[in-house]
Parts: sequence; structure tokens; C-alpha cells
Amino acid sequence: MIKGADPMPGEVKVNELALKIGTVNGTGSASANGLLRQAIFRMGIPVSGKNLFPSNIQGLPTWYEIRVNRHGHTARTRTFDLMVAMNPATYARDIKEVRSGGWVLHDSSWPLSGKLAREDVNFLGAPMAQLCVDHFQGDRVRILMKNIVYVGVLGALLDMDMEVVRALLERSFSKKKALLDSNFLAVQLGYDYAKEHFDCPLPIRLETMDENGDSILIDGNTAGALGCVYAGATFAAWYPITPSTSLVDGFSHFCERYRKDPETGDNRFLIVQAEDELAAAGMVVGAGWSGVRAFTATSGPGISLMGEFIGLAYYAEIPSVFFDIQRTGPSTGMPTRTQQGDIQSVIYASHGDTKHIALFPADPGECFYFAVTAFDVAERFQTPVFVVSDLDVGMNDWVVPRLEWDDAYRPDRGKVLSAEDLESMERFHRYLDTDGDGIAYRTLPGVHPKGAYFTRGSGHDQYGRYTEDEEGYTEVMERIARKIQNAATAIPEPVLRKAAEGRGAKLGMVALGGVDRAIVEAQEVLTEQGIEVDYLRIRAYPFHPSVREFLESHERTFVIEQNRDAQLRSLLITEVPFSGDRLPSVRRYGGLPLSATDVIEQVAEALDDSGSTATTMTGSVA
Amino acid sequence: MSWIAKPRIAHPGLPKNALGLTRRDYEGGMSTLCAGCGHDSITAAIIEAFYGLNLPPHRIVKLSGIGCSGKTPTYFLSQAHGFNGVHGRMPAIATGAVGANRELTYVGISGDGDSLSIGLGQLAHAIRRNVDLLYVIENNGVYGLTKGQFSASADVGSKAKKGAENLQPPIDPVLLGLSLGATFVARSFSGDKEQLVPLLQAGVRHRGFALIDVVSPCVTFNDHEGSTKSYIYTREHLTEVTDADFVERMPEIRASYQPGEAIDVRLHDGGMLRLRKVAEGFDPTDRDRAYAYISEGLRDGEVLTGLLHVDESALEMHSVSGTVETPLVDLPFEDLCPGSDALDALQQGFR
Ligand SMILES: Cc1ncc(C[n+]2csc(CCOP(=O)(O)OP(=O)(O)O)c2C)c(N)n1
Ligand code: SF4
Ligand SMILES: [Mg+2]
Repeated sequence: MIKGADPMPGEVKVNELALKIGTVNGTGSASANGLLRQAIFRMGIPVSGKNLFPSNIQGLPTWYEIRVNRHGHTARTRTFDLMVAMNPATYARDIKEVRSGGWVLHDSSWPLSGKLAREDVNFLGAPMAQLCVDHFQGDRVRILMKNIVYVGVLGALLDMDMEVVRALLERSFSKKKALLDSNFLAVQLGYDYAKEHFDCPLPIRLETMDENGDSILIDGNTAGALGCVYAGATFAAWYPITPSTSLVDGFSHFCERYRKDPETGDNRFLIVQAEDELAAAGMVVGAGWSGVRAFTATSGPGISLMGEFIGLAYYAEIPSVFFDIQRTGPSTGMPTRTQQGDIQSVIYASHGDTKHIALFPADPGECFYFAVTAFDVAERFQTPVFVVSDLDVGMNDWVVPRLEWDDAYRPDRGKVLSAEDLESMERFHRYLDTDGDGIAYRTLPGVHPKGAYFTRGSGHDQYGRYTEDEEGYTEVMERIARKIQNAATAIPEPVLRKAAEGRGAKLGMVALGGVDRAIVEAQEVLTEQGIEVDYLRIRAYPFHPSVREFLESHERTFVIEQNRDAQLRSLLITEVPFSGDRLPSVRRYGGLPLSATDVIEQVAEALDDSGSTATTMTGSVA
Repeated sequence: MSWIAKPRIAHPGLPKNALGLTRRDYEGGMSTLCAGCGHDSITAAIIEAFYGLNLPPHRIVKLSGIGCSGKTPTYFLSQAHGFNGVHGRMPAIATGAVGANRELTYVGISGDGDSLSIGLGQLAHAIRRNVDLLYVIENNGVYGLTKGQFSASADVGSKAKKGAENLQPPIDPVLLGLSLGATFVARSFSGDKEQLVPLLQAGVRHRGFALIDVVSPCVTFNDHEGSTKSYIYTREHLTEVTDADFVERMPEIRASYQPGEAIDVRLHDGGMLRLRKVAEGFDPTDRDRAYAYISEGLRDGEVLTGLLHVDESALEMHSVSGTVETPLVDLPFEDLCPGSDALDALQQGFR
């Protein structure tokens, strides 16, 4: 079991708790939940907030999960110490998710059905709606303030630093006095009610610490957008799709702030909201071809539409950056739930032989840095580069170390010939491998008459000429394959986390992306249980040579991922290549972020399984 | 091999334009289209137009989709940067390219299948964005490259090579452009260089999206009686031609006529195409009148040619977006990266 999840009765747990809030979409709970998360962060305690929202604007159930953990484990948990049940429609399922000995805070303005009672859980009723009816005017305000009331109740129950809460409210409503007053009042109403009626604080409580001194709370899309600005991207084309929309929104926001010509106020950027993802991809290809740093952000359905252009960019060798913020597929799937279902469709995107460079950030910090890397790699290798995150990383706020920037950074523009270079050349041939590194020189339109060439997605030879000849065609295809393979050591290398320093374990775990925190936590728990498992986090494709070394040096390596078909595992078997018998699969893919429990349970089950090393597919819990 | 280099022989006596360049400097590789293809006549007009505009070839970008029409940019402006993309999606590539570098001159070549079937959405949105681009539709009413299926501009009554009759109404790019708010709309005929060259030049000069529909007979996959684009063929003759590998060599069709006049162009198979040039007093700035005039003509079986609509007051994509004058591609990195101090300051808000 996970540390701190099930304390002994009466035991006090400080800064180790998981709470969940069930509300109705469109009732304004997002700001209340954000306030809670932010206040805990400001108290210096590691925290995460995960928004489980419906694909709906108003009326459907929505949840917010807050994990507080002084050890820094902020992955999702599957059970909760405290449930704030504000939505009668989901009472039954919400109450089921509370751990034995936990608490349910509900609105006692109405009686709670006896059918929902659980002997092993404490019910705390506060008449939150009634308090709002008594103290506020107008339906809208009453509905909104009900959420702020539960912040007050929780403040008392968890012993939150209420000065921090007030300071945050002041920051939000500094220019809206009336709103500030209402919020203050609502917090106070909840707080006072709890103090008077409940035994405050609960044995699960908060205490100020100093863990977040040099950290920030940020979501991956905002961080990725910032990375695009810092990398010098000037062109974005996109089509709105959850969960990627906030990346382009963020880019637009930061461009308005940092990219205005100081004299004229003109834009040093262009963002085109395209008619669809197909057009967005085409625009990025056109802009990348012309020499600017260009990108698009999308999710699985968009990647499917972009296929033809991705192949063109690959074959015509045009730098371009694609952010894929994965959501649950196939098809429209569950648009507001997370998944790692696009690993293969991104890497092999488009028809014919194509393989693409992909980067897999595990948290918002890496979204920032990998965005910059993506542009450098795309220009250096003259190819599409994918930054693949997911809804959990992209849209939820994570605590990450403060982002750092080296002012000495200059973009790697790759092999681009200047007018002077061209002037001194006899002739320029676009696809000729003059340096033997698989990367040919390119030119930009308008620079020099000698730089002109004809870019095409149809068969071409190394001189850039149309061809239908086997030899001329194959030569270019072989070089491109070499070029992409060479990128393996130029992209972020895997991160090794050994179970015990100084020795190698027999068992391994491999994963990529946003499941990282759950795996790190699972690794610690497994170690405590005497099961040592080394962990290698892959951060990019094509795979770094150390991936092979890791697999070879471990008897069995669990491949942990969030998709049904074990896509990463298949990729490892194909690419490394490696015996599948030694790669048991751990999966959970039903739309929720991975929890350490998912990993621990499936690893333990596989190990119990008759001790056979031939264990392959353990059942997924989704 | 479909790419044939044209011998470059510098001839001292060749006429030169203001840049000191000859027509040769605006030519491309040898065409591999069927002899007599209307598309080749358009290529010749494009060469003439750019020669006359005195533009340095390397400051021109030529783009195309896929089709026989899509191949033609290899046949002109060999010193210009070219981009032959994917079927129906040239407008997106052009939008990105224009977005990145607003200083160059852009010409896009498309076909009626490329623009009006697979690429209709992209065409519509490029018009709507008013991307600064000369957009030429080489309109033959068929899919030439895939051997003669109907395109969306095929007329009612057209017969496909297997005999099926098209009963769906055509999409007319000119009426489409007008209704979408295109700021420059023209129509011409591939065989009328006198009219086409100045129209192309005007389209290049136009700040915004310039749509020119050029009726361009396909000598190989032609259809039916009364077509506005192609010829009459007897059923037997049609079958014979399309089933055979051999494509008869045809001379290109030319037409020359005066403003206000109508001309009947006799096509290779004896079919007729009636073109009427807009009258001297026609006012192309009045969109609604132009629309009515063109639709009436089509109803009477006449294809109105010339500059049909122009609106020089509309803002092109960059002006609407407020982009800097300097092409984005020329902005120095120092002007783009906010630096570490700004990042530190910003992150105060993430706490
Ligand atoms: C996605 C895709 N679908 C189909 C094709 C096959 N294709 C090539 S050209 C063409 C039609 C071209 O017709 P049009 O645009 O009228 O050009 P034309 O050859 O008549 O000049 C088609 C369907 C393709 N290249 N790509
Ligand atoms: S098939 Fe038609 S359009 Fe294509 S090259 Fe031949 S004549 Fe021209
Ligand atoms: Mg056609």
C-alpha cells in the first residue's frame, strides 16, 4: 500500500492527504479549487491538482483531485481521505471512493439519503447552500459562493493558513471590491461553521513547510507555449481541440506580452486559426520551408488529419514542430480524459516509410525545455519533430522547479546556406549529402538565385530532381533513415533511476511521459517492500543506445504505459529489437492519470504469477 | 524520366527586360504534358507575364497542388523557389510561406479537381484570409492526371470515359470567389495570351488573393457536346482515345477577340466554346452586378472573360493580423526571445 494512504485510526497525518471535490460543471468550482491548490502550494507543501472534467459546458459532473504529499509524491491516487461531495448526482460513486476511516463533507441543506451511508466513513454535513441563501443575493452569486464556502470549511478541517487564502483572494480581486468582500465572507462562513460544528482540525491536516521555495505551479501547455516564445517561434497555425487549445492560447497571450514591436505595436508573430488541422499542418510546413520557426498544437484526431502533410515534411525535409497533447482515443474517444494512445501513430505518422523524432516531456518543466529542443532538432535534422504530452501534463497544474533560461542560447538553425555561401558555390543541390552525416544543406526562398530549387513530395533524387528511378529514389530514402537514426544521441537521453545506488536490480521498468511521478512513487514503495526495480524513463524517439543496454541488463523489464495495445512495448520489440518474453506489460488506459497503486498491483501480480519469467500481458485495471 | 533539362543557349540578340533578363530566364524545364494541352499555353503566358513584370526570378515563389496542372511550375521560372505539395492543399502551404515572408511574390497553380473538389475548403479559406497570392486554376473540367474522371467543374451532361453522364451542377470558381468575398476575380482562356498575360500581371500586382480561372482544354480526356471547357466526341471516338495509350498530337488552341465581343472557339474535336469579353464600360468594382452579369452569361451558354471583380481596398492577411512590415523570417532572435529576467518576473505569477 502507498505510504500515508491508510493511516491507523487516530494517527495524525501531516501534509499527506488526498482529497476530491465533486461538483457540477459550469457552477464556478474551478476558481475555488484553484484557490485551494494555490494556497497549499503557498504553504510550501508539494501538491498537485487534477481536473477531471466532462466534455460539456454546463451541467455534467466534474471533479477536482488534490494530492498533498510532503515527500513530493503528487501522482494521482485511487482512493481519497476526504471527499467534498457537492453534486447529489454523483454522491453514490463519490462516497465509494473514500478510504475506510476517511471523511465525506456534504451539503446538509438537504438530507442525505440513508442508502448512501457507509459505516466506516465519517460524514460531515455543512449547510453550504443555506448559508449562501441567508447571506447573498441572487442565484448566480449564491451558486458561486457555495464553492468558496467549502474552501472555508476545508480551511478549518485541514488547518489551512487562512492568511494565505486571503492574500490569494486579494490578488485575484484587487480591482473588484464587491467580489472580494463576497469571497471573504463566504470563506469566513464556511470556516466558522466548521469550527463550531466539527472537531477541527481532522487527523489529516496541513502544516506550513518550505518545499516549494524555488518551484512554480504551472501546466504543461502554458510551459510549452512559453518554450515556443523563448525558442523564437514566430508562426503558429492550429485548429481548436481539447486538450491542446490552451497551448496556442498561451502562445498568443505571451506574444501579446513579449512580441510587440515597441515602436509600432505591430506583431512579431503570426497565429492563424486554420479551417482544420490539415490546413494547420500545411501552413506550418509552408512557414517552416520559408525559414521561420513554426508549430502547431493538436491532439489525436488532428494528428490523424495531418498525416499527409507530416509525410510531405518528412520526405521534402522541412523543419516543423507538432505538439500532440494526447487524449483518450480512438476516434473522438473521451476528449477530456488522458491517455498515451498516440505513441505509434505519431512515430509512424503518414503513409510509406516514415519515422519521426518525438520528445516525451514528463512534466510541465520538460514541456518548456523540450519545446525549445524541438525547434533546434527540427531545424538541425530538417524534419518534423513531435512534442508528445497528454491531457494530464498539458492541462493540470504541476509543481516543478522554477524554469531557467540561459541568455547565451541561440537557435540551432541547422545547415542553411546564406547568400554569401551560395554566391561562392558552383551549384547547389538540395539533397546531396556532402558532409556524410545524412543532412543536406538547404536554402530559403528569396535569398539567392543559386539557392532556388524545386521542393516536392513526389519522388526525387539527391539533386532534387523528379525521379521515378529506383536508384535515385532509394538513395534519398536511405539517407533520410540514417539522418533520423543519427538524431538518437542528439535528443534528450533517458533518465535512469536505480532502486538502490551502487548495484543494478534484476527487474526494470521503462516508461515515457506523464506517468513518471506515479512510477517514481511506486519504485519507492516497492523498494520498501524489498522488491528492487530500476526505472528508465525514455524521453525521446529514436531510442537512445542506453535503452538497449537497460533492457539487456535486466532480466525482466516492465513496460508501463497508458494505452490498451502496449504501444511502447511493441515499439521496443520492433526497434531495439528485444525478446518480448522479457518485457511484461503494465497498462492502465481508461482515461485517468496513472497512480502508483496501479503500478504496484500489476508488478506484484506479475511477480506472483508462478514465478515464470515468461509473464507477458498482465491484466490492465482500466 | 519526366524531368528534362532545357538547353540554355545564350543568344546575344534576345530581347531583355528592365532587369536585363531574357525570356529564357523566366522559363523552366521542358514540359512533359500532352502536346496541345491548354496548361502549356498558360505556362507560356506566365513566363511572358513575369518577364514583363521585371521581377527577379529568385524573389518569386511558385507553388502547386497535384495534377497535370500541378506539374506545370517545373516548366516556368526555373530560378524561382518551387513547392509542389499535396493534392488540393497548396493554399495552406502558400499561407504559411506568405506568413513567413511577406516580401516575396507568390504564384500558385491549381487544377479544377485540386481546387474545387479535394481542395475546395482550402481555396475558400485562402480567399477568406485574403492571402497575398496569385492563384491560377487551370480548369479543364476533368481530372487529367488520373485519366479523365469528372471534376466538380464538369458541366451537366458531360460524359465520363466509361460513358456515365454527369448530372451534378458544376461549381463555378468565379461565382464561388465572388460569393466568398475574393478581392480579385478574373477568367480567361488558355489560348488567349493577349488577355491572359495582363490579367496575370494584374493579379501579381494585386495586394491580396487574386483568383484567375483559366479555361484550359484537356486534349486527351475531353467529354461532351456543349461543354464550356472541352470538346464534343462521339461515343466511339471517346472510347477509342481514352482506351488507347497513344495520344494524338494536337496543336494548341488560340483565340483572340476584342472587349465586348463574343467568340466561338472551335476545339480539337469540333466542339464550341463561346467566350465573351466583358464590355469596355464594365465596372469590376461592383461585386453584385458582376455576379448577376456572370450568372446570366452562364445561363445563356456564354463564359464571360476578363477582370470580373476587383477590390483594392480590402486588407490582406498580414494587414488584418497586424504583422510587422519586416518579414518574420528576417526578425533577429534578439527581438524574439524575452530573456531570463522576463522569465523570472513572469514566474512570480506562477507562485
Ligand atoms: C490525396 C490524394 N488523392 C488522390 C490523388 C490522385 N490524384 C492526382 S491528380 C488528381 C486529379 C487532378 O485533377 P485536376 O486538379 O483537375 O488537375 P488536372 O490533372 O486536370 O490538371 C487526383 C485525383 C492524390 N494525388 N492525392
Ligand atoms: S491529360 Fe489532359 S490535362 Fe493532362 S497533360 Fe494531357 S491534355 Fe493536359
Ligand atoms: Mg482538371
